[in-house]
Amino acid sequence: MFLLKKNLTAVIIVLITIILSSQPAFAKKVEEFVLSNGLKIIAVEEHKAPTVTFQVWYKVGSRNEATGKTGLSHLLEHLMFKGTQKYGKGEFSKIVAKNGGNENAFTSRDYTAYFEVFSSDRIHLSLDLESDRMTNLLIDEKEFQLERNVVKEERRMRTDDEPTSLVVEELYAMAFKVHPYHSPVIGWMSDIDSITRNDLYSHYKKYYVPNNATIVVVGDFDTKTLMPRIKEYFEGIPKGEAPVKISVKEPEQLGERRTTLHKEAQLPFVFIGYHTPNIGNKDEFALEVVSNILSAGKSSRLYQDIVYEKQLALYAGGDYDRIAADPSLFYFYGGLKPGKTTKELEDALYAEIEKLKTEPVTDRELQKSKNQVEASFIFAQDSIFYQAMQIGQIETIGIGYKYLDAYVDNIRRVTKDDIMRVARTYFTEKNRTVGILIPVKSNGKGQ
Amino acid sequence: MKQIRILFTLIIILFLNIFFLNTVTAEEAPKRVVLKNGIVLLLQERHSIPTVIFNLKIKAGSIYEPDELAGLANLTAELLTEGTKNRTAKQISEEIDFVGGSISIGANADYAEASLSILKKDINLGLELLSDVLMNPAFDEKELERLRSQTLAEILNQKDDPGVIASKAFSKILYLKHPYWRPVDGLEDTLPKIKKDDIVNFYKKYYRPNNTIMAVVGDITQDEAVSLIEKHFGKWEKAKVSLPKIPPPPKLTNKNVELIDKDLTQATIHLGHVGISRKNPDFYTIAVMNYILGGGGFSSRLVEDIRDNQGLAYSVHSGFDARLYEGPFKVTMQTKNENASKAINAILKHIEDIRTSPVKDSELNDAKSYIVGSFPLRLDTNSKMAGLLSLIEFYDLGLNYFTEYPKKINAVTKEDILKAAKKYLDPKNYLLVVVAKQKEAGIAK
Repeated sequence: MFLLKKNLTAVIIVLITIILSSQPAFAKKVEEFVLSNGLKIIAVEEHKAPTVTFQVWYKVGSRNEATGKTGLSHLLEHLMFKGTQKYGKGEFSKIVAKNGGNENAFTSRDYTAYFEVFSSDRIHLSLDLESDRMTNLLIDEKEFQLERNVVKEERRMRTDDEPTSLVVEELYAMAFKVHPYHSPVIGWMSDIDSITRNDLYSHYKKYYVPNNATIVVVGDFDTKTLMPRIKEYFEGIPKGEAPVKISVKEPEQLGERRTTLHKEAQLPFVFIGYHTPNIGNKDEFALEVVSNILSAGKSSRLYQDIVYEKQLALYAGGDYDRIAADPSLFYFYGGLKPGKTTKELEDALYAEIEKLKTEPVTDRELQKSKNQVEASFIFAQDSIFYQAMQIGQIETIGIGYKYLDAYVDNIRRVTKDDIMRVARTYFTEKNRTVGILIPVKSNGKGQ
Repeated sequence: MKQIRILFTLIIILFLNIFFLNTVTAEEAPKRVVLKNGIVLLLQERHSIPTVIFNLKIKAGSIYEPDELAGLANLTAELLTEGTKNRTAKQISEEIDFVGGSISIGANADYAEASLSILKKDINLGLELLSDVLMNPAFDEKELERLRSQTLAEILNQKDDPGVIASKAFSKILYLKHPYWRPVDGLEDTLPKIKKDDIVNFYKKYYRPNNTIMAVVGDITQDEAVSLIEKHFGKWEKAKVSLPKIPPPPKLTNKNVELIDKDLTQATIHLGHVGISRKNPDFYTIAVMNYILGGGGFSSRLVEDIRDNQGLAYSVHSGFDARLYEGPFKVTMQTKNENASKAINAILKHIEDIRTSPVKDSELNDAKSYIVGSFPLRLDTNSKMAGLLSLIEFYDLGLNYFTEYPKKINAVTKEDILKAAKKYLDPKNYLLVVVAKQKEAGIAK
């Protein structure tokens, strides 16, 4: 789950699976360095344009938060723009903007990341600004109070006034009873209210240490000259105590869980999650192919069957939430068309799932899915940002960027039997959590 | 253009102007070629990855449809990929998906837009499909019914989105009889009236090669592109296209307030009036002025005051939507219901301020250096470059745009900004639309 700090002009919405089913060309040279304070640097030269992206990834997210203090990592991300001794409130963003750069940050369950994109001759600004706020952040009480209000507005906008988001939040909370994936990245409203300035500061001191971070830099630079400069700016930052590893394990689910949410809305919405292994598990590639067969493009199974033929839903999909430090979910969803019932949609989704378990996918479907993965891999190389983001994610959740080298080959190896096997293993009734949005008309009565 | 709104927290929201980098620096200038049948081609070679992007703009936007058939332009555009004389809808999607490419077509107010993304090795297939959908649409009755019902359901679904509710109400009240009042996807009472014949006629009238701009960016030489496009689109017949002239939209002569009640925690506020057309020579001055007011990311006056200093909103933004005709100027924000009036007053104060006192030198310089300095970041990926090239042609801006744009921005003065602010911003005669739980918002009419 991701939250971005700013919400400005036109947005494009991209599902995680699209980004991660594509990958950078690792024919390119990836260089890795570790400074004496434990800070890891991964550099990829890409000279097609005179631009560069500099990203700092911290291994901290909502996964590291305690009950009653959810939303801490995300709120801290906001405060990271509110000033150090050297650069006061708002100066970070002003400096980047007047140098023609763009910057932002995002928080997920497993990481918090900051980035700039610049003309390549401006990269020194990233070194200066990011090294400064890695260790010198001030958290002013008044700024904290103001920014907390901003985050509460963010929560109202993204979740509280968005019925489908509420269902997703509910479903994760129900599917994960023990593991911190139970809580939303933005935090529960009452937790946001109870976080104090000192909570944020201790969180910052604990997790924002060089040995808990990775720098990823991709673009038009010369590694030989850049590395000494990175050292110059970052190596003086003292190593911190290594944060304690989270080792919570979600117990096996022993029966279907079901939740309904009654909220003013026009149309019902169905969201179904199955516990599945995360990245690094042998079944991940087959599950990724399943997701493609179900949802990639208008010729995919769920679009063809549910949206096009049966016309049950406005949209439908099946996505594999695999880029996570701990096991997460494979989820199915659909927004109903008027006059259709959630039962009809659920049944249609289950029928598609049964089909995966009992009939081998066709040769053409399997080949198509592999072609799609490869093509999106090539298209993604247009962006230095995506290349850096993939490396940052994979590194930060503990898999290591080399994983990406073998990704396409691993997808190519998936067989029809693998697909049937993973469908049978994971898409079972007892492993399922179902969330349903039941529209309430404004007079308070259900449909 | 429609996009299904699946706003899970499991989605990353990415900003167009932030991601993907590319630049025209050190790149040969794009080339403009007019084919025999009138297609205007814009070609930019980029050989760093083996892909080719096509972006087409066809003067077939919703401004050319009659009021009583609102939604016609969009339905026509979307039906193109739902079956041709040679292929069913499923065959089209199956063929393009199989090679990992994509084709999409939609409409907005000013134009219909088609795009094709394809690996170089599959370019013949890609163009075969693109030309088939553009030249031989079947407009099958069954597909029409399905798409009509899909569109109606989407319109219903949008009634949960306060941003869309506000936006639709804003255009409707602001533009009165000017076609910009109509939502591109149509209305619940006009969509059922659209007949196959209306679609066929609209298609025949506007989907012509001499009414089409095609930008091609990627791993293909200019000669190769021209010959492939001639091969696939050469038989597309030109015809006389007369685009109806549309009178300018009316100006507001007083303050208008529209309050829409909905059970929400936040008030969604849209405040503004009619703005400018893209051809307005003051466009560049206005770009700098608006950056300072509320367009400039983290650094605008609205963000600094309303978000950073008052903590009232997560997002506040101002923008001039410069179109073929005068598009809207709008400030948009969301704040909790109780803070709505406070936020509206702050917006009005900033509009008034920028009209009455000159901007600071530092504001002017920062705005210019961002807009000019980030220009290469906006030429972005191949697909953004293709979109920009066809837009430059559509608004007749000239291919020297890439060198002229920074010059024009750099030439803007404080006096220009003050003059433009006085002329193009109006803190008295404006429209305010608020979607909120009105009892809590308590806004004075």
